[in-house]
Amino acid sequence: MSTKNIELEAELHEHDHDHEHHQSFITKYIFSTDHKIIAKQYLFTGIFWAFIGGLLSVVFRLQLGFPDMDLEWLRPFFGKWITINGKLDPEFYLALVTMHGTIMVFFVLTAGLSGTFSNYLIPLQIGARDMASGFINMLSYWFFFASSVVMFISFFIETGPASGGWVVYPPLSALPQAMSGSGLGMTMWLTAMALFIASTLLGGINYITTVINLRTKGMSFSRLPLTIWAFLLTAIIGLLSFPVLLAAALLLILDRSFGTSFYLAEIFINGEALPNMGGSPILYQHLFWFLGHPEVYIVLLPALGITSEVIATNSRKPIFGYRAMIGSMMGITILSFIVWAHHMFVTGMNPFLGSIFMLLTLIIAVPSAVKVFNYLTTLWKGNIVFTPAMLFSIGLVSFFISGGLTGIFLGNSAIDIQLHDTYFVVAHFHLVMGSAAFFGMMAGVYHWFPKMFGRMMDEKLGYVHFWLTFIGIYLVFFPMHYIGIAGFPRRYYSFTNFDTFSMFTDLNAFVSVAAIITFGAQIIFAFNFLYSIFKGRIAPANPWRSNTLEWTTPRNPGHGNWPGKIPEVYRWPYDYSKPGAKEDFIPQNIPYSQTPESNLPFEKDLVEKEKAEKES
Amino acid sequence: MNQAIENIEIIRDRRAMGMNPSKFIVWLFIVSIAMLFAALTSAYIVKQSGGEWLNFNLPGMFWITSIIIIVSSVTMQLALSSARADRFNRLRTYLIVTVLLGLAFLIGQYQSWKQLVELDVYFVGNPAGSFLYVLTGLHAAHIISGLIFLLIVIVSSFKLKIHSRSLIRIEICTTYWHFLGGLWLYLFMFLKLNH
Ligand code: HEM
Ligand SMILES: [Cu+2]
Repeated sequence: MSTKNIELEAELHEHDHDHEHHQSFITKYIFSTDHKIIAKQYLFTGIFWAFIGGLLSVVFRLQLGFPDMDLEWLRPFFGKWITINGKLDPEFYLALVTMHGTIMVFFVLTAGLSGTFSNYLIPLQIGARDMASGFINMLSYWFFFASSVVMFISFFIETGPASGGWVVYPPLSALPQAMSGSGLGMTMWLTAMALFIASTLLGGINYITTVINLRTKGMSFSRLPLTIWAFLLTAIIGLLSFPVLLAAALLLILDRSFGTSFYLAEIFINGEALPNMGGSPILYQHLFWFLGHPEVYIVLLPALGITSEVIATNSRKPIFGYRAMIGSMMGITILSFIVWAHHMFVTGMNPFLGSIFMLLTLIIAVPSAVKVFNYLTTLWKGNIVFTPAMLFSIGLVSFFISGGLTGIFLGNSAIDIQLHDTYFVVAHFHLVMGSAAFFGMMAGVYHWFPKMFGRMMDEKLGYVHFWLTFIGIYLVFFPMHYIGIAGFPRRYYSFTNFDTFSMFTDLNAFVSVAAIITFGAQIIFAFNFLYSIFKGRIAPANPWRSNTLEWTTPRNPGHGNWPGKIPEVYRWPYDYSKPGAKEDFIPQNIPYSQTPESNLPFEKDLVEKEKAEKES
Repeated sequence: MNQAIENIEIIRDRRAMGMNPSKFIVWLFIVSIAMLFAALTSAYIVKQSGGEWLNFNLPGMFWITSIIIIVSSVTMQLALSSARADRFNRLRTYLIVTVLLGLAFLIGQYQSWKQLVELDVYFVGNPAGSFLYVLTGLHAAHIISGLIFLLIVIVSSFKLKIHSRSLIRIEICTTYWHFLGGLWLYLFMFLKLNH
């Protein structure tokens, strides 16, 4: 006992030390260790990248939709990448596609989504003063920042950014002489990704430790909000899969810069034989997709977690099947590691192996369907409040259904022979991953904006933003299914080189116009976001009448989140519209002894337990 | 004063459940390193089954370095128990011996590379050889990180910051060092069975 005390005192002194100095602007807002500030840093960086990534897609959609268009006006931005005829350089087209994919998957939907909401919500919703290690958390953001800087600079180098697709398959990516983007741009891509992996691991390690060790009294795993469950499982997936990507990148770097042959076999380039022998490019694909498939769930799970919270709150109903939700997220977590080869059905894989991966892939549809079912049943007969966040969450469910269905087609190894690497795949993953996760992120921003900035976003603008984006996304991606079934390959510079595809010219122009309008709608969001930070209506303490702990903090929570004691938790987070209760919500920190009118029979025993604990 | 009360609360909160967070963090780091090597050794198997594999004998030096790393784990453990018993001179001696053994291990690994070159197995060439260099090299890089950690612990032991009531740092260091030793033994056995 006494030794414990001394240790405690020793740590106390250390802590006092931390607190005594006054924080300057730099330590408060730039090199901050406060999870709320770090979350905002992630959010702003993520939004910045989202606009860059979106702009790139608009440029290549112009090329695809209007191949005859004069793009001379883009020369101030892209310089020599606009040819003398005012056309987009074909290799630069590939660079645009590559950077769009990399930015959206990793910088926006991994760092921008997990980084923002795991950081912001984990301590606030589990009742902790901060992350387990504020320092590691800060490091995590600055690694991401460094990664962003390297990736950004790669746009401006002579040979252009990486161009081998976001998956950067060798040998294209392994041989600097293969195309101009495989030179310095590729090296910078790998450097940026190595920094990014470090950032993700540091962040994830902190999230896991915090959730497991720093929950407030009473916050058992069966009372954890589904957001936190989702962030926890996401971090676990990241911890297990990102090191594998690091291994893949390491071997690629060695092949590129030191002459090894991990991924390179007998190969001729410009009629000249290279010395490399004995490697295999398929090896890279295995390593990449061992990360790559879990990565799509790293992107999606946090969005699903946010959706669970928003849908339950705004349906004013308990989430349907809380345990089933956790179970299916766990199922997805495990299954996501054993389906990677469905991205490789056409690599000459043994057909028997293909069937096994097909089976495992189709099994993933089961937990996914359970989640969809539970969202729908939560909405069913709810007193739905259509806040912008709620609309975005419902939009997510819609995209998850329509994109998930096409996954079932792709998961069949025989059908995939026709569909692989066509626009069908593009349609599939933009709906199920891209748009769904983006909507989850938007739902999160609209829902927690009042907590983050102490003000409300404008609802009307939110509705306009939602409807334009929701309809726009379907107009962009739905037609791509047809283009894909007709066999048009992805990552091709032009549709017009083949007569067969001429019939799609109008459709492609249509898609491009829809894409530009959808992008334009995001400017409404940007305006609403920035304007509301400074001029929005002052937020009430609990604007959505929600149960989770973050709404028990002051309007602008300071360092340590709660000025006094950390609230204790007595119940699960989904006591909405409980029969007999005075209000239609009972926050987690209200003991059962204060709600005798609504307690269920087994909860009456819990009242006794609470009393006993108070006395001891 | 208020601040102090709040701080007590922070500490209590942290003690309330599970193990000490910093130890937990280190375990998670270990998991990520383990995954990195799991990925590389899986890649090794996949590549090996793909054919065009160069067969050669492993350097005999690996036996010696394995023994060195096992002994260094023993001395590390002895350092920890000396710290628990507040025997500071023994603590420092064992820590320094551990560092020296770690350095000996690195030199030994370097010698084994020389043996490989004598066998005409080079870093650049058949992936079978390249893998061997990558696995040992990456492991050596982690050993270096472990040595830096050990040096930090040694410095704090001279500042009397490590004693029976302040063990976290050396406990974490011990965990990490044992892990690195175990990792090498895994790699060695793996290579023995698959080459
Ligand atoms: C019902 C469940 C799902 C099944 C059966 C499924 C199946 C597949 C298959 C077989 C492919 C490979 C197609 C090809 O390249 O030929 C694929 C691609 C893809 N899927 Fe899914 N999927 C499902 C859900 C999801 C979800 C939930 C996400 C993301 C959150 C996702 C993201 C992706 C991505 C990003 C790609 C394309 C990667 C690329 O080649 O660039 N899928 N899916
Ligand atoms: Cu997949």
